[in-house]
Amino acid sequence: MYDKESLSKLSEHKQNWEKNVLNKVLNKKPERKEKFFTGSNIEINGVYTGLDIQELDYSKDLGFPGEYPYTRGVYPTMYRGRLWTMRQYAGFGTAEESNKRYKYLLSQGQTGLSVAFDLPTQIGYDSDHPLSRGEVGKVGVAIDSLKDMEILFEGIPLDKVSTSMTINAPAAILLAMYIAIAEKQGITPDKLSGTIQNDILKEYIARGTYIFPPEQSMRLITDIFEFCSEHMPKWNTISISGYHIREAGATAVQEVAFTLANGIAYVEAAIKAGLSVDDFAPRLSFFFNAHNDLFEEVAKFRAARRLWAKIMKERFKAQDPKSMMLRFHTQTAGSTLTAQQPDNNIVRVTIQALAAVLGGTQSLHTNSRDEALALPSEDSVRIALRTQQIIAHESGVADTIDPLAGSYYVEFLTNTIEQKAKEYIDKIETLGGAPKAIEKGYIQQEIQNSAYSYQMEVEQGKRIVVGVNKFKIEEDPPKGLLKVDPSVGKLQEEKIKQLKATRDNLQVSKALQELKKCAETDKNLMPPIIKCVRAYCTLGEICDALRAVFGEYKAPINL
Amino acid sequence: MAGSKTIRVLIAKPGLDGHDRGAKVIARALRDSGMEVIYTGLRQTPEQIVETAIQEDVQVIGLSILSGAHNFLFPRVMELLREKNAEDILVIGGGVIPEEDIPGLKEAGIKEVFTPGTPTSEIINFIKANVKV
Repeated sequence: MYDKESLSKLSEHKQNWEKNVLNKVLNKKPERKEKFFTGSNIEINGVYTGLDIQELDYSKDLGFPGEYPYTRGVYPTMYRGRLWTMRQYAGFGTAEESNKRYKYLLSQGQTGLSVAFDLPTQIGYDSDHPLSRGEVGKVGVAIDSLKDMEILFEGIPLDKVSTSMTINAPAAILLAMYIAIAEKQGITPDKLSGTIQNDILKEYIARGTYIFPPEQSMRLITDIFEFCSEHMPKWNTISISGYHIREAGATAVQEVAFTLANGIAYVEAAIKAGLSVDDFAPRLSFFFNAHNDLFEEVAKFRAARRLWAKIMKERFKAQDPKSMMLRFHTQTAGSTLTAQQPDNNIVRVTIQALAAVLGGTQSLHTNSRDEALALPSEDSVRIALRTQQIIAHESGVADTIDPLAGSYYVEFLTNTIEQKAKEYIDKIETLGGAPKAIEKGYIQQEIQNSAYSYQMEVEQGKRIVVGVNKFKIEEDPPKGLLKVDPSVGKLQEEKIKQLKATRDNLQVSKALQELKKCAETDKNLMPPIIKCVRAYCTLGEICDALRAVFGEYKAPINL
Repeated sequence: MAGSKTIRVLIAKPGLDGHDRGAKVIARALRDSGMEVIYTGLRQTPEQIVETAIQEDVQVIGLSILSGAHNFLFPRVMELLREKNAEDILVIGGGVIPEEDIPGLKEAGIKEVFTPGTPTSEIINFIKANVKV
């Protein structure tokens, strides 16, 4: 962007300034710290100029919004055309209670649904399974069969809302249930829009809700890609997630690197399964975290977009521009919320949400202030949603596209994050790709090291967390926390008993038999799963049928 | 008070919860402070945890949970320890645990509950002051 002559003038000017202005001050009073770093350990200079981004080529490296390499955003008008989707992740207790919360959120101006499932559902156990005890309805809604899904979406027109479901190992089953309830509302699958998370690799790395071994899990995923490319053109078939990787302790650079490395593995698996890249890649979506380091986070989103576009174009030879666009959901960082002085979390969430919007997110969840303590109360959820609405309608940041572009610092960070993430991806390649690197524990170890050094920095006071290691006060325990009724487990057990007594059990065992047979071949698993769901097989029964053929994953333990 | 014998600790993740950042950070901090640490990995039943604790002859169990199932799973671990006459093992807990649940957990026999923001040094000191070696 700069010619040689102006760069050398600038360099001379800078040297003069350092000598005549800066050093005079530094000699009298040193800076607060000897060195400054971002959360990813990128050293930060006191001031940035064109000298720090002299290689930057506007058209090649930034381009215009909606244009390769999409650094400035995936759409030509971005939030001037349509604001991001405000999508609060919610769900707890029974389907009835969650349905009420969804209707409340929609009535408050939320524009998309995001379903949280409880752990038994995520790991493929029915509510009456011994391992489910104490967990039913706790971190999300309990879904045992299509019956619960019917209640969950009662009165919500599925052709009008888009629904995101945080479900991974049993994603095919929940997708099948969604298709089946839409059918009952008279809506065909091609009209449905939404997302299933369906990202098993990060479950092995960071989140822990895996069921089957990697190979069989990857097959389920590519079966979904294939099925949706034929029947559900508006559905995001996967949400390749850096969120949980970051929550587990990764830095911003590691978040980008490990997420895109997983993305590469999914694309390779689908190509290997016989799909052509432009048939499925336009429906890949991503999910990132937003932390407090505002500029590093904005740069992270921009770097991820540019890097993914290059990978898809150069490595996978995608032709369709949509295959190169990294569209993503963002959630603010749960791990930055403090149990101490919880109202301070509102401010943290505001900074993080701002980073996501300045970074060009397609949808956003803002955390509630009380999430370090319990599931959020209705009041806290409303404040979190209002935070997004204030950014959208009052702050003015949504009125022009990628407003931080051209900032010497932000462009420098964007370049640096891209480069460091690429180095990680190359390293993972030498280990044989993401699945192999996970098997070897490499990715997990890198994340653990970051998590540990972060914790030590906080404890040694090198990093200040307001209210935790500085500016502390004596406080009373917070009031008004949400409590999940412990009788949910009993209630769900009753529902299952009743279901099993009233459904056509011959149909059920036939459908499960068919599913097992299909699992032994390499045919697409979606049609027999849809059949099982329609016959009111329980989620646990369907997963057990697959467990019988696929086996279960046992995680290696490394500290 | 701990004598010259090395303190052995089992860090355990009961239930289905997959959040183990805290468990792993604490395991490492305890190890760096000179304790011997065994980590169970995810999805352990109370039965498995108690069995491992006895087999490995630990003096301390650290239970970590963020899913909200602590009111069921923590007391169940204590119950099983009593059945096996192993209630001399010091049991502590941590995770996303509301203040109002803590008295009940302590009544069940959990010696201390450490919530988010606790420095690892505080946990180390607590173990050293309370463990029976």
